[in-house]
Amino acid sequence: MTFVIKIYRYALFGLLFFFGIKAQQIGLVEYLSDPFEMEYVLELVRQHLVLVGSSMLMATVIGLSAGILLTRDRVKKYTTGVMYVLSLGQTIPSLAVIAISLSLLGIGTKPAIFALTIYSILPIARNTLAGIQAVPAGMTDAARGIGLTPFQTLLSVELPNAASVILTGFRIALVINVGSAPLGFLVGAGGLGDLIFTGIDMMMPVKLLAGAIPTTLLALIGDYACELLGLALIPKGIRIQNN
Amino acid sequence: MNIYRFIEQNMDQVLTLGLEHLYLVFLSLFIAMVTGIPTGIAITKNDRLAKKVLDVANVLMTVPSIALFGVMLPVLAPFGVGLGKVPAVVALVLYSELPIIRNTYIAIKNVDSSLVDAGKGMGLSRWQLLREVEIPIAIPVILAGLRTAAVMTIGIAAIAAYIGAGGLGVFIQQGISRSYEEMIITGALGVSILAILVDTGMALIERCLTSKGLKIEA
Repeated sequence: MTFVIKIYRYALFGLLFFFGIKAQQIGLVEYLSDPFEMEYVLELVRQHLVLVGSSMLMATVIGLSAGILLTRDRVKKYTTGVMYVLSLGQTIPSLAVIAISLSLLGIGTKPAIFALTIYSILPIARNTLAGIQAVPAGMTDAARGIGLTPFQTLLSVELPNAASVILTGFRIALVINVGSAPLGFLVGAGGLGDLIFTGIDMMMPVKLLAGAIPTTLLALIGDYACELLGLALIPKGIRIQNN
Repeated sequence: MNIYRFIEQNMDQVLTLGLEHLYLVFLSLFIAMVTGIPTGIAITKNDRLAKKVLDVANVLMTVPSIALFGVMLPVLAPFGVGLGKVPAVVALVLYSELPIIRNTYIAIKNVDSSLVDAGKGMGLSRWQLLREVEIPIAIPVILAGLRTAAVMTIGIAAIAAYIGAGGLGVFIQQGISRSYEEMIITGALGVSILAILVDTGMALIERCLTSKGLKIEA
């Protein structure tokens, strides 16, 4: 089996090498070293990041507060209903969400951010809910026993314990978000989708790859950054316990 | 805006595109199932290999779908299939692999070891053990993976309209470029309804295929 793993590693290197040669052959390197094109690509990356950043920010605020609210005693009875509706919403394909928000909000950045926000709320809300629900009752009881108010309990017991689950939700949302953001181009929001869709329409692999590769890299970097964020945010005591 | 009229007038096209969409989805799900489930079962025997395979599948999932279509265009173009159904199905298969492999792996891994031991004690061969004990117990989780894959595939197949794969995404694509609102909404509704229907359908199949003994336990 170690043999298989070794082959796998060589295959990976080979593939990278192959893509490098291919990129050079079709003129990707040349395209990107043209200062004007480079500037354009960078501008699109910036637009892309604005789309992802603002929608993720809103989705995190809404998703977190929704998840926390749904675990409070007073609204607990609605939890199943709300979660059902939300997960039904997630079944709806991203292109459909973007298309519908186009007809609601018109052309521009607004419908794209709106659609991305809506689409990213569920994973965050669901994981916040699941994370807080999974905190052992003994812990919250103990917190109440030492005289913490419900708000203090939330801040210093429930949220830290749920942090890793919440972060997983955030990570899923982020990956979905970065992946759906190129579709924003279709409703006039710009972003790297510009290069991808134009590249497909013009059958220009160079343009297409100049859009597709940064999009992929952004998604992978985001995914990895979440992992690092996890190391920073999750209290040490809990991390050891999990291992 | 009159969606009903649009749907009524274009019923033929709605049905054709809907069927085309389902064809894309089920063809790729079938391929992913035939390759993914055996892979998932095979890697339960080797933890290091399992980690590698799941990592690769994970990275594949992270790649945005439209980017994957884009990357495949120059790769498949020399074979004359850069656009159309072939790259769409390839991408859909790749995306479906992760949920299927991961769920199969987790499900088989989590089968109670005492049950496996009991099977061994009864003299079951490795193959019989798999067929009589492990797979029946794992099937709800495996099907849940298939369900996730199906819903995701429907969504990505809609995007595949942009590389000429057909399906209900065509309505959205053409609707957006013509600013034809009824068309956009028809496409969006069609895809959403399809996704919800397949999701509930798979949930029903899941319930039917779970063996009776397991249901009592749960």
